[in-house]
Amino acid sequence: MAFKIKREGRRKLRKNKHLPPQEKLIQLALFLATWSSVAALAAVFGELLLGAFPAFTSIDIIDFFTGTVWNPSHPMYPLYGILPLFVGTLMVSFGAALIAIPIGLGCSIWLAELASPRVKAIFKPAIEVLAGIPSVIFGFFALVILSEWIAAVFDPVTKLNALNGAIMLAVMMVPIMVTVAEDAMNAVPRSLREASLALGATKWETIRHVVVPASISGVMAAIVLAFGRAVGETMTVLMATGNATLLHFDMLRSVQTMTAAIAIDFGEVEFGSEHYHVLFLVGLVLFVITFLINFLAVWITKRFKEDY
Amino acid sequence: MTTAIHTDDLHVYFEKNHALKGVTMDIGMNEVTSIIGPSGCGKSTFIRCINRMNDIIPGCSVKGAIMVDGADINDDDVDVVNVRRRIGMVFQKPNPFPKSIYENVAYGPRLHGVTETVDGKVRRRKHTKEELDGIVEHSLRRAALWDEVKDRLDKSGTSLSGGQQQRLCIARTLAVNPEIILFDEPCSALDPIATAKIEDLLVDLKKDYTVVIVTHSMQQAARISDKTAFFYLGDLIEMGDTKQIFERPQKELTEQYITGRMG
Repeated sequence: MAFKIKREGRRKLRKNKHLPPQEKLIQLALFLATWSSVAALAAVFGELLLGAFPAFTSIDIIDFFTGTVWNPSHPMYPLYGILPLFVGTLMVSFGAALIAIPIGLGCSIWLAELASPRVKAIFKPAIEVLAGIPSVIFGFFALVILSEWIAAVFDPVTKLNALNGAIMLAVMMVPIMVTVAEDAMNAVPRSLREASLALGATKWETIRHVVVPASISGVMAAIVLAFGRAVGETMTVLMATGNATLLHFDMLRSVQTMTAAIAIDFGEVEFGSEHYHVLFLVGLVLFVITFLINFLAVWITKRFKEDY
Repeated sequence: MTTAIHTDDLHVYFEKNHALKGVTMDIGMNEVTSIIGPSGCGKSTFIRCINRMNDIIPGCSVKGAIMVDGADINDDDVDVVNVRRRIGMVFQKPNPFPKSIYENVAYGPRLHGVTETVDGKVRRRKHTKEELDGIVEHSLRRAALWDEVKDRLDKSGTSLSGGQQQRLCIARTLAVNPEIILFDEPCSALDPIATAKIEDLLVDLKKDYTVVIVTHSMQQAARISDKTAFFYLGDLIEMGDTKQIFERPQKELTEQYITGRMG
């Protein structure tokens, strides 16, 4: 044991000096593969920072975060208030989460606990395929079909609105949630279910009091992950929400999200202009938000971990 | 001897595999009955029939009658939840819930509540905190675990040692106050000292409960049981007083098994 402790104390693996060269080559290749992805992430973050940096000096940063008007293309007095975009993003993604969480949870529970193996063998891959559909297809569907349905039911102010984007995003969130949450529930050992059933618990009581609590960290991570996806989704919301940049809280009116603003404006913005740098700043905010969400997912996974 | 469980021509099929081939057997009330036999002989399958745990295995079908208190619990019209409440089970591997020790024991009572008759009407209500505390303490005492855990009831059940976990699982089963308790190789994952504690407990429990235990250890069967049944390849070969089975087995297969020439 003393030997082991000493090893851990050094925190270094003992090296074999007699590895054949091809082994060293493979190890090097794997090492580079790992570092290239980390480097890419760092490069993206660095580029965002560099691009956004001039904006810190040319516009008032407090106005940027508190401004209620986003009108960057005004020839004389452009206004760069991020709030309409921020609220737009929150409306669409929280709306989507509100729809997707119950459906996704219900779907995960049904697949993990109730569906017969044969049915599950068809449904799970089908749902996973849904996660792989390009977002532009969802956007197209929202633009052409879903918006008409919403118009028929709610008679909205504008046909392309926050609700349209939220519903479509919810459809995209569900598969991500189900994939992760169902795996978490599946990982709960059968012996725990048997213990509960043998005490005279019904299936639902077992799900509620044993399976869900034991898998809660995975389920929460699934929700946060799906939410992160919703916040970062661009093409679908761009096509679905109508892209009006007014600040309001009406789900039946048009909104523009941060992602859509970047995607749309970047096509026409003058290179190196103030507007150009502000868009980088919006991108930086978005990056920080999704980073925090992912961080939250990791923290939740650890915090609520139940040992079984 | 009063009969607690009577099985009549019990067959179990897993898909096409005929795992239990017509077992007819009487299990005595307030006795310890051991079921022994080589791996794959159907002994676990048999006791899992008695509280309908085989229901949750896809492709498993159970044919035949299992009479408990004059009713066939294998009937399709029987409420399975009620059967499992009356017939508890302790499993091979200790499987405490990832909850506190207290919550592990309180799990069953919390689910079932108290059924009482008020003015001729049957009503169900939740346990009061005092009632629940009482049940938890009583069950843990009965499972000979109270003294070891009374100061840390809020600690996770999974933090206990293997033997303690198994006694916690027994306490959890006792808390719903069953009539019959089934043990599926409860000591196979435990060390000899923990095993001895569980064995003492089983013998003590038979005063109040009917105990059926599947075991791979013939010594264990000889030490604790009143009756022993020997299964081989899905058949009940022989059943009788434990002493008789181990000293004067009537069937050749039984003799071969207990003398270690087969198994």
